[in-house]
Amino acid sequence: MTRQTYEALPSSGHNEIARGQSIDRALRSRRIRLMLWSLPVVAFIVAAIVGPMITEYNPVQVRLPDRLESPGTITSDGSRAWLGTDQVGQDVLAQVLQGARVSLLVGASTILIAGTIGLVLGTIAGYQGRWVDIVLMRLADIQLAFPSILLAILIAAVLGPSILNVILALALTRWVTFGRVARAATLAAKERDYVLAARSMGANSTRLLLRHIVPSTIPPMIVIATVEVGLVIIAEASLSYLGLGSPPDQPSWGRTVANGRDYLNNAWWISTMPGLALSLVVLAVGVFGDRLRDYLDPRL
Amino acid sequence: MSRYLVTRLGYSLFVLWGALTIIFLAIRVAPGDPAAMMVGPGGTEADVEALREKLGLDESIPVQYGRYLSDVARMDFGDSLWLNRPVASEVASRIAMTARLAGAAALIGIAVSFPLGIAAALRRGKVMDGLISIFSLLGQSVPSFWLGIMLILVFARRLQVLPSAGSSGWSHLVLPSITLAMPLIGVLTRLVRSGLLDVLYEDYVRTAWSKGLSRRAVLMSHAMRNMLIPVITVIGLQLGNLLGGAVIVETVFGWPGIGRLLVDAINQRDYPLVQVAVLFITVTFVVINLLVDLSYGVLDPRIRIQ
Repeated sequence: MTRQTYEALPSSGHNEIARGQSIDRALRSRRIRLMLWSLPVVAFIVAAIVGPMITEYNPVQVRLPDRLESPGTITSDGSRAWLGTDQVGQDVLAQVLQGARVSLLVGASTILIAGTIGLVLGTIAGYQGRWVDIVLMRLADIQLAFPSILLAILIAAVLGPSILNVILALALTRWVTFGRVARAATLAAKERDYVLAARSMGANSTRLLLRHIVPSTIPPMIVIATVEVGLVIIAEASLSYLGLGSPPDQPSWGRTVANGRDYLNNAWWISTMPGLALSLVVLAVGVFGDRLRDYLDPRL
Repeated sequence: MSRYLVTRLGYSLFVLWGALTIIFLAIRVAPGDPAAMMVGPGGTEADVEALREKLGLDESIPVQYGRYLSDVARMDFGDSLWLNRPVASEVASRIAMTARLAGAAALIGIAVSFPLGIAAALRRGKVMDGLISIFSLLGQSVPSFWLGIMLILVFARRLQVLPSAGSSGWSHLVLPSITLAMPLIGVLTRLVRSGLLDVLYEDYVRTAWSKGLSRRAVLMSHAMRNMLIPVITVIGLQLGNLLGGAVIVETVFGWPGIGRLLVDAINQRDYPLVQVAVLFITVTFVVINLLVDLSYGVLDPRIRIQ
């Protein structure tokens, strides 16, 4: 895209070409730097997908000789418990990897669902205006009357603990931000020259929305998604910590931290390790989100 | 100003009504029979029926809704099934405990993030700036339930200098309020830094420097004053968010506030109490946001006209 723009400029000599090339090189190095910052996030995704395949976890297994072993101990079956074991002899590393999968699943699906709801409702509200806009935005205001985690707690509590219910509870509470951003972007795009031009050439509403308006809402939506995904992962872990998130037989970071609370005196690693993983992932996502925002919108 | 006040107040009432309705629907429309869930697997069919009648769940949804709204308007919340005493008095004392915790966290947040934000802005791009920015990013990334447990592990279990749970003295306030303050510190430090950087290169600040004013005078009375309005707004909004964070932090530290009451009520399946706890947190949140908006109008006269 960008490359074509520069080549299309009328070039009046070597200087112009040289400048085009140096801008090209600058853009490429920016892209490479962005990819480097994404590596920790990629590592998390790979660990979440591959990790549970190579470590064994059986929720009902109890191995009493191996209970509360410290990190690095060799367990009775000869394998090494790199992050220690819990009170029933379960490997903490295996639980952390299981938890990574829950975090990835909940984070990605929630953002996808909340983003889609927000995109659809936000663009319709922004494009239609009038009562549709009023109703949707008042609904958003009402939802924002709750501290964000509170509504999720309420919904998760009445639905009962399951991964699907957590995704539902978080998507229902998180669409508002996406909806507002999509609406604002739609309002801005609606008055742009290229949209007015398309309209004057007889494009109908569907075509205007899908071909001209929705594409311009995507970059701000991506930026919001990178901010939101960290919040969603923390919210899922908090719900699971309270016992309202993942079901008892599915280890998640919040659940394992809560489980380790009772063993702080003799097994600090049970609570520490999953929380450390959680903090690092949220940090990595946050840093990457910052870089991505700089990349997508250099004006900021 | 009075017209602005009336509009804003009316809007808060509307939002509050909407929030009350969402709370009502969330509990009624949920799958499963709340009465059966509250009685539990040990109860008989007659127990469930009696409870349903006691809670008015045998009525139609519109009738229940009307009664619910009138109960809320009269502040009549009945007795808690689990605590077996009036809900209202219990909630009032819990709110006071949460206010103490959130107040302490807000003070810590402001006391820490202003010096950090100013230091980072004045040493922009230096090592100090980088360290402070990592610290504030950590504040926003580390989940409070885990930070709380780590603080308990270090200060209550290993060093044994502070209590891990309870609420009697000042020492009980230290760990929970620090835990609750961390996200606030993260947000505020970044905001103070960027706010100060925005005004630091304005003409009037340069004029103040060139007049030969002291560093202190330039920073305090020229630069800081003009960055305060957005910062105060965010502090206000974050005060509301402290209520949400308090639900988690109170559970970790066993602090007897409204948040822990909510979590206990959920675990006891006491839905009337859940409803009232959510309602009180939400009302407090809306009132704080209203006050922030109004103070914003007082601080910046341009807002009132719009």
